[in-house]
Amino acid sequence: MAKDELMNYEKALEQFEVVIGLEVHVELNTNTKMFCGCRNEFGDEPNTNVCPICIGLPGTLPAVNKSAVESSIKIGLALGCEIAANGRFARKNYFYPDLAKNFQTSQYDEPIAFEGALDVEVPSGNSFKVQIERAHMEEDAGKLTHVGGTTGRIQGAEYSLVDYNRAGVPLVEIVTKPIYGAGAEAPELAAAYVRLIREIVKGLGVSEAKMERGNVRCDANVSLRPHGQEKLGTRTETKNVNSLRSIERAVRYEIQRQAALLAKGTSIVQETRHWHEDKGATSAGRPKSDTDDYRFFPEPDLVPVQPSKTWIEELRSSLPEQPAERRKRVQSEWGFADLEFRDVVNAGLLDQIEETVKAGAKPQAARKWWTGEISRIANSQEKDIFELEISGQHVAELASLVDAGKLNDRLAREVLTYVLEGEGSPAEIVAKRGLEVVSDDGALIAAIEAALAKQPDVLDAIAEGRMQAAGAVIGAVMQAMKGSADAGRVRELLIEMANKK
Amino acid sequence: MSELTRKSASELAGLLQSGEISSVELTQAHLDRTAAVDEQVHSYLHVGPTAALAAATEIDKRRAAGEKLHPLAGVPIAVKDNLTTTDAPTTSGSKILEGWMPQYDATVVKKLRAAGMPILGKTNLDEFAMGSSTEFSAYGPSKNPWDLNRIPGGSGGGSSSAVSSFQAPLAIGSDTGGSIRYPAFVTGTVGIKPTYGAISRYGLIALASSLDQIGPVARNVLDAALLQDVIAGHDPHDSTSLPESLGSMTNAAQNADVKGMRIGVIKQLTGEGFQPEVSARFSESLELLKNAGAEIVEVSCPSFEYAIAAYYLILPAEASSNLAKFDSVRFGLRVTPEGTPTIERVMAATREAGFGPEVKRRIILGTYALSSGHYEAYYGAAQKVRTLIQRDFNAAFEKADVLVSPTAPATAFRFGEKVSDPLAMYLNDIATIPANLAGIPGISIPNGIAENNMPSGIQFLAPAREDARLYRVGSALEKMHEDLWGKNMMAFAPELEVSN
Repeated sequence: MAKDELMNYEKALEQFEVVIGLEVHVELNTNTKMFCGCRNEFGDEPNTNVCPICIGLPGTLPAVNKSAVESSIKIGLALGCEIAANGRFARKNYFYPDLAKNFQTSQYDEPIAFEGALDVEVPSGNSFKVQIERAHMEEDAGKLTHVGGTTGRIQGAEYSLVDYNRAGVPLVEIVTKPIYGAGAEAPELAAAYVRLIREIVKGLGVSEAKMERGNVRCDANVSLRPHGQEKLGTRTETKNVNSLRSIERAVRYEIQRQAALLAKGTSIVQETRHWHEDKGATSAGRPKSDTDDYRFFPEPDLVPVQPSKTWIEELRSSLPEQPAERRKRVQSEWGFADLEFRDVVNAGLLDQIEETVKAGAKPQAARKWWTGEISRIANSQEKDIFELEISGQHVAELASLVDAGKLNDRLAREVLTYVLEGEGSPAEIVAKRGLEVVSDDGALIAAIEAALAKQPDVLDAIAEGRMQAAGAVIGAVMQAMKGSADAGRVRELLIEMANKK
Repeated sequence: MSELTRKSASELAGLLQSGEISSVELTQAHLDRTAAVDEQVHSYLHVGPTAALAAATEIDKRRAAGEKLHPLAGVPIAVKDNLTTTDAPTTSGSKILEGWMPQYDATVVKKLRAAGMPILGKTNLDEFAMGSSTEFSAYGPSKNPWDLNRIPGGSGGGSSSAVSSFQAPLAIGSDTGGSIRYPAFVTGTVGIKPTYGAISRYGLIALASSLDQIGPVARNVLDAALLQDVIAGHDPHDSTSLPESLGSMTNAAQNADVKGMRIGVIKQLTGEGFQPEVSARFSESLELLKNAGAEIVEVSCPSFEYAIAAYYLILPAEASSNLAKFDSVRFGLRVTPEGTPTIERVMAATREAGFGPEVKRRIILGTYALSSGHYEAYYGAAQKVRTLIQRDFNAAFEKADVLVSPTAPATAFRFGEKVSDPLAMYLNDIATIPANLAGIPGISIPNGIAENNMPSGIQFLAPAREDARLYRVGSALEKMHEDLWGKNMMAFAPELEVSN
């Protein structure tokens, strides 16, 4: 739908109530895959982490990875879920070339974890309780690359390549119940929810939680109904939205698109949709009905997972600090004001700032870098901040170079851009590019004298106490030295020279 | 025929241990027998003389070096072609896997190799083990050595005919609804379906995962016991395999005794519907057991009435999913249709060309049974019947230590008699299927000659994990028969004309 056909967002909310539902897939970071001993590793040469089991050769059988079960239980507990005494696997049958056995080993009516809830705070400070229906274990599929054609999709491709390295990687799928009452904040709530899930699984240490690598993937269900109507409207499911920013945009887009259609009296097609970050729009995928027939049945090759009460309680007591507690703790440790801290949380920068502080930076300096310049760059590149190749260690180093007077603000920003381009650590870049602030008096005096030659009256003005006159000379010196002059030292030298005159 | 090939596995093991024969000699004798008769019998889909003789040479060397070897070391064996072997193609009787060389050995095959048993070849079966006659093998049927115009049973007719035509002293089979026991019945051999989970299924090309069980095929009970002891045990690759050992089957077979044993005759599996001579032989054996001190009681298993119906829902349902992987993408046959070859069209064309009629029939049945809206009425209901059958068994085993019935209603039928009537074919399994549905062990042993000079058989069933009881009672009855007939029943089997 073209942009001008969408319904205005405020108008859409006046006319309709928004209901969303979120399915988040979390890829676990176990050493090996869900049902075989192959390495679970992102980015290796295609089809190197494969074996007869994960490529589904005849005669092979799955065997459950205990550490994947452990991670799944931890996730369930952290989401406040009940843990099933008898978690059964089930086969989800459908033909697709990335699915080695043409069925996915998943869980159906007996998931490992069920009935949980999370409190999710949105940027306005409002908090919503999101009910978790279930969290279940399953295996990932392989990865298809469609070659030829213009869309990169299977339709129109000349041929397709399959990489089974990802086939059998353990996943936990977390499914919410329908979420009502978020109103205009539904898009923000969707993004905040996924951010919180990321924080939780990262805190648990069970996933790398990198959205850009697909470690955390979100399918967003959106439906609208006229205010006061009980029956839910027809929903769409926007698949695999792979950044927080996109989730928010995709939900907002779907609200506006569906509202426009409903207002015209057109009914919504129940279907999957694809989000296109570049166009800022979703497009139709395949039709999806509630009776989509996956012919689920209990997996006869696996015995049920029956975690003992003792084991569950051991895992519960080993859980790390929950996000809410952690937020309380770090805010007081860092001494951030409420508003400052909310900005940090909403920007999803707790991990980064914590890492930066741990690496030796002052909390306020860490906050300023992350919420300031680094966020600005992420926005200008239309990326999530955690997609940028920069660590807390780098930022701490940058801050300490500024503190030591070796970099001024301008130079520091320049160094930052080189860090993001992958040139190395700030100290390495300073050394390699010779970017250090010049505080060598000889060089500065030469530059000052050159500037004074064009503005001979300045020293007299300073001597008379009109310090603002120094600005022009300092500016000229900075320009001559391409920004690397230590402005403070230039000022001191000017005062000395004026006094001597 | 070399006298060697007529001997039992335990006798051969003795000759090997005493140094009277070598494994190379023994293996060669069986390969020669195959060269002489398998053109008529067609037990094998693949014969592997090179690999078999290499394994035999190796074991002879190790024996010469004084190494302590497994009791069956050097005794050759035939393996059903639905078990993966890295040195022989594995087809499961299907065109869709023609020429497929597996990248790994099945756990059972590994155990045979570790025990030093040369693998003679891979035996024929109905495609993906779906059938009772081997007529559904994509590579043509095997013949019954007792009458080459009759079926050797199925699906494991390759293994039963290889053992009964003296091409192998032992063979491996798999039993999903009777595929070991029914072929044993019609060929005068011994076949055991152990307790579900007693033997790893890793490397067995799945038909119906919750029913499939690998087991021994032999010419006497002790040989079968020796073989079960080789292949049994927990396997971390098969999480449905039992964690605990079931003890020594060899000991059980050597301690044959039925005195005081309560033997329950299953009311629903006798009388009407069973061939008179099969029933007559059955009654004679009950009399023998009674005379030996067993207590014969009658038990009733009313839910068995629904066993075949439930089986033919559960099996196709699981099979439809298990066979989905045969899609041409990663292994096996690939058929590219004319026109634009999309993945869907290639998959469809491959499955259309690669699967035979019975496989397609069962995939369609199973897909339907699992479909939403039908699941509860079919798959769900079948699972309930399964529970009822387990309850029937539990109640019966309160009254009896083992249960007994004829293994099948009638002796071997002629080729073509039932191939166009699937329902008649399915009825052959009426007595064998309940054990698979309940996961309990069953043995079929020869039970005399019935009409047309064809063999008949008798089946004993025991509670789960009590496989040893079957070897005890089976071995006892076998001995009574030998005393009665003067020799083992296989000694009556025809020599077969030898081609040069």
